[in-house]
Amino acid sequence: MTHTSTTKRVAVGLLAAALPLTMAACGKGGSSSSDASGGGELTMWTHNAGNKAELGAITAIVNDYNASQSKYKVKIQAFPQDSYNQSVVAAAASKKLPCILDIDGPNVPNWAWAGYLAPLEGLDDTLSKYLPTVLGKYDNKTYSYGYYDVALVMVTRKTILDKYGIRIPTADQPWTKDEFDAALKKIKASGDFQNPLDIATSFTGEWWPYAYSPMLQSFGGDLIDRKEYKSAEGVLNGPQAVAWATWFRSLVTDGLVPLKSGADPAKDFINGKSAMLYNGTWTAVDTRKAFGKDTLFLPPPDLGNGPKIGGGSWQWGISQNCSDQAGALDYMKFAAQDKYVASVARDTNNIPATDAAAAQVKGYEEGGENRIFLDYAKKFAVLRPVTPGYPFIATEFTKTAQDILNGADPKQALDSAVKNIDANQKSNGYFQ
Amino acid sequence: MSATAASETLAHVAETAAPEHHRSGERSHRARAGLGMLLRIILCLVFGLPLLFMLVSSFKPDLQIFDDLGSIKAFLPTGDISTANYSGVFGRVPFAQFMMNSVVITVVTVVFGILVNSMAAFALARIGFKGAGIVLGIILATLIVPFETLALPLLWWSNQLPFLGPDGFSQGWLDTYQVQIIPFIANAFSIFLFYQYFDSIPKELDEAAKVDGAGWFRIYRSIIMPLSGPAVATVAILTFLPMWNQYLWPLMAVQSEELRPVMVGIDYFKQLNTSWGQIMAYATMITAPVLILFIAFQRSFINSIASSGVKG
Repeated sequence: MTHTSTTKRVAVGLLAAALPLTMAACGKGGSSSSDASGGGELTMWTHNAGNKAELGAITAIVNDYNASQSKYKVKIQAFPQDSYNQSVVAAAASKKLPCILDIDGPNVPNWAWAGYLAPLEGLDDTLSKYLPTVLGKYDNKTYSYGYYDVALVMVTRKTILDKYGIRIPTADQPWTKDEFDAALKKIKASGDFQNPLDIATSFTGEWWPYAYSPMLQSFGGDLIDRKEYKSAEGVLNGPQAVAWATWFRSLVTDGLVPLKSGADPAKDFINGKSAMLYNGTWTAVDTRKAFGKDTLFLPPPDLGNGPKIGGGSWQWGISQNCSDQAGALDYMKFAAQDKYVASVARDTNNIPATDAAAAQVKGYEEGGENRIFLDYAKKFAVLRPVTPGYPFIATEFTKTAQDILNGADPKQALDSAVKNIDANQKSNGYFQ
Repeated sequence: MSATAASETLAHVAETAAPEHHRSGERSHRARAGLGMLLRIILCLVFGLPLLFMLVSSFKPDLQIFDDLGSIKAFLPTGDISTANYSGVFGRVPFAQFMMNSVVITVVTVVFGILVNSMAAFALARIGFKGAGIVLGIILATLIVPFETLALPLLWWSNQLPFLGPDGFSQGWLDTYQVQIIPFIANAFSIFLFYQYFDSIPKELDEAAKVDGAGWFRIYRSIIMPLSGPAVATVAILTFLPMWNQYLWPLMAVQSEELRPVMVGIDYFKQLNTSWGQIMAYATMITAPVLILFIAFQRSFINSIASSGVKG
């Protein structure tokens, strides 16, 4: 009896608790995240939840815009970067995209082709001053612009290079492949470091094509034949690509690079586990803090076809289902001013997208300590293939590069990637 | 040797052998117990050390976490210990809001899940209507369909459905609490668990209740449910954990920060320069309620899972 009455009391209590919760819960729906709603509200999505610096910079622009006029009001919704793309694709599937959104650069052609994005009309003059790598283009139209770019660099310390008698390379005289290999072997032979070089193989997602396809391009290969963007045959499985894959694998088999980096390669570099780190310029603040003027940010080596780095970072565009395109464009024009390019680049420690903005950001002025990043971006950056098929190519390249590092036969792995990429391009009518 | 002497010798051998045998049995018993204890210690370490690492690292700066890796220091609160990571968490995510959302979503789903699924199972197991077997078969068949397969159609449907709430009539459930609760109330596995349990309760109880004038709902409420404590507890646990850990669905169906559950919050820390100490602090804070709940009700949980026939 006691058990029964207790059970009853618990059940009734839980129900009593749940009912008001349900009513309150279900009544408390979030604000509609759809396109511009009545009253000129423009919803904006960004990937910056948890990233106080960038979110703060974007919020400042939005506040300025909202204060500058009364016709439109931009409202920000921030998403975490790691899951942002899934949220956008899900919203697109249910036609709930916001008016303004940010996009990772290489995804712009795919999202434009899929009808998520509308072209940015009337911004040609303003955007002509931007770095080409921060503009998202597809089919001769511009769909997005970004405030900054980032550059890939070899981070190391002057004292390390001096100790082993290794030449300090420059943008004009980068390491050759032989020099680079010899430097790594010399460091390995010393036994002073757990890893002569850490290329951050523990990173996931877009990092792999962003970081390692420039090495392939430096060998003379590519992800797809850029003349027609139809096939990867001959470029991703040609002799240069096979040479890249063989070399890439040898970095691991020769013990120069760990097969799987630690969870945070930059911290391993700072802790002295690695002599050299291949990473983005976002590591500059932490590494400089640790080593001061001893820190070197070197260009990647010339593996035969000149040094190459990935180009294109996060950019802003407007969605095609925005019911107030004029309002969204109005914001985009307002937000494209140099002072905003400067403020976002300054707050995020990234490369400003325009020269005028670079002049306003400490370190990026002529002779500034970060100027080399801008020089690298201008000189070495290669855009990832501008085709709606890029997300598939990126996934396929990532899988193939991982297989190669783990010991797959380079030629077979690359042939298989080419076969899959070509099949995808063909099955989508070459995205015409 | 005479027969008497032989029997005396045998008796002596038996007398000396018995304690020997007893001692050897005791040794073997002790060895087994020792081995069992060793296995338990290993299992404790396997499951406990990651939690200890998480807790200890939540008090260390990022660089020290990585510096301590590979040594016993990774599990010890040594070095530069502070609560800075916890302060960082509160500065970075609206933790209280996320926590409250998860509690609301989880509690409401568990309570209504118990109610709805037990009623469905009761109808299938006790009322015995025509076609009950087929209905049960169809329900069980849905168990083999992974959620990832259903996610997009469910998203589409959720966007089409009408809802009558305190603010009146609205269309589309996306970006609401109900989209995180209602699709997960009905659960085939919970129905199956209740069905199994209800089916094992003697049918004579129903007959006796009917003779006393009870209807089906009275039998469900006053006889079957009070006897099904273990099944209720098992379903509660098995609903609670996946709901607390919801990640994919909120990513797809919820856009507003004020409606996000705790698991999505972990992504806030995964930036280009990841804050590992803050991730550990956040993970500690979202794991603690579940752990405390489990420790508090440990005995009931184990009993309920054992008696309802659900293992691991």
